[in-house]
Amino acid sequence: MRLLNKASIRLLVVACIATLSSGCASTFESINDSINPLANLEPWVKPYERSNLADPIMSMNRNPVALAYAKHVFESREGARGADGGAGGGCGCN
Amino acid sequence: MAAQVVVVAVTKLQTTQAITQNLTMVKRVLVALGLILSLVFVGGTKAAVLPIERADVLYHSYEGDGVTIDGPSVLLRKNIAGKVSVSANYYVDTVSGASIDVRATASPYEEVRKEKTVGLDYLNNKTLLSTSFTNSSENDFEANSLYVGVSQDFFGDLSTISLSYSKGWDVVGRRGDESFEEEADRQKFGLGFSQVATKSLIVGFNIEHISDEGYLNNPYRAVRFLDPTTDRGFSFVTEKYPNTRSSTAYSINANYYLPYRAAIYGDARIYNDTWGIKAQNVKLGYIHPVEDDWIFEVFLRHYKQDKADFYQDLFSRPNEFNFMARDKEMSTYTGLTAGISVSYEWQFSQTATFKKSAVHFEWDYMKFDYNDFRDATAQTPVGEEPLFGFSANVLRIFASIWY
Repeated sequence: MRLLNKASIRLLVVACIATLSSGCASTFESINDSINPLANLEPWVKPYERSNLADPIMSMNRNPVALAYAKHVFESREGARGADGGAGGGCGCN
Repeated sequence: MAAQVVVVAVTKLQTTQAITQNLTMVKRVLVALGLILSLVFVGGTKAAVLPIERADVLYHSYEGDGVTIDGPSVLLRKNIAGKVSVSANYYVDTVSGASIDVRATASPYEEVRKEKTVGLDYLNNKTLLSTSFTNSSENDFEANSLYVGVSQDFFGDLSTISLSYSKGWDVVGRRGDESFEEEADRQKFGLGFSQVATKSLIVGFNIEHISDEGYLNNPYRAVRFLDPTTDRGFSFVTEKYPNTRSSTAYSINANYYLPYRAAIYGDARIYNDTWGIKAQNVKLGYIHPVEDDWIFEVFLRHYKQDKADFYQDLFSRPNEFNFMARDKEMSTYTGLTAGISVSYEWQFSQTATFKKSAVHFEWDYMKFDYNDFRDATAQTPVGEEPLFGFSANVLRIFASIWY
């Protein structure tokens, strides 16, 4: 059985490297500066400009207990699954 | 001296060319990283945060297609020393009645499913490590699953990347048949990326790959086949699913803060799996606070699905194919959900033991229309029954307290 298709494996490897390398920026700094025009990119939204983003109405998971239940309802009645942060467990949908 | 300068220059040139060639190779390898790596390397210094401490008590109810499912859910979360957050969730489904799949072949029934989850999050500067364990138990089904995840903030906390893996072990039984016991294993691989795009816009992207192996049937569902020896012209036999299933889902989402205090959000997902199911869904919502006390929300969600390769509403004979399904969740259909919700909040002092509390009422109306699943309970000639469809009402009523 194929657990992962090629595209998924590639993306997971990319993500692993990106995550792990965040603590060793200096190791790759020269390479990054040379090959990546985005290396000098600065965060464009400053901390003092984030009041809108910090408002609870901008949270994608404002009420976790309700969101988990809503995802369970959809997952039980639809053939599709995944990429929605849904929780596991049984179906309860006979 | 001049010769030495030339040699040094040539050496430097060769070195530069070699480096360039190597960098080209490196570039090929890293091309997929592109933006992610660049953002990682110029990341800021502000740390991530633990989930918010709160407690919720919820009553949920689903009514539709002859089924009623309701029960409580309690979620508690507490932080320890600013580094660790522990959570616990207790959830109950009490199911009564029977959906169309069961009504056509069996009698209504009652059962209870209890789900318990404990979780732990550990924060180290900008990295959040999470793990949880879930047990779901009912009289004919036992499921355990373990989840691990890591989330990393970078680029001045404008970007977050997350990875997750979970493994599940199911034991499937069948009421009235003590000798029936099957197993299934499940694995989930997730990758997420979110980005603050502007002062008012957050966007995100998610991929999840799921692999199942083992007994994936629903032991109560059956396929129907033509049977001229019966009065109705058809009979039922147990479904036969493949023992493996792999799926991949891709989703994008966005939240936008409007010029006044309100937000709109949307998400979209595409899905496919090795059973031939293809699906797409899209959701749009609007959140509107009124003063500091009330929050109103409305949303609309549309879902569309193409059937599994081995799905048919009516087969010619009981063993027509190796795999046969007539589960309506495997058919071609569309679903539309409209939801409204209202919350009322009480703000307390930030130095008080309890900082905020709220009550919430959420109602969803769901409608499903099937393109190739017929109502086998209808008294019409076989194969000419009306196409099935149903609607459902979903309620979530809950109280929350922040501390």
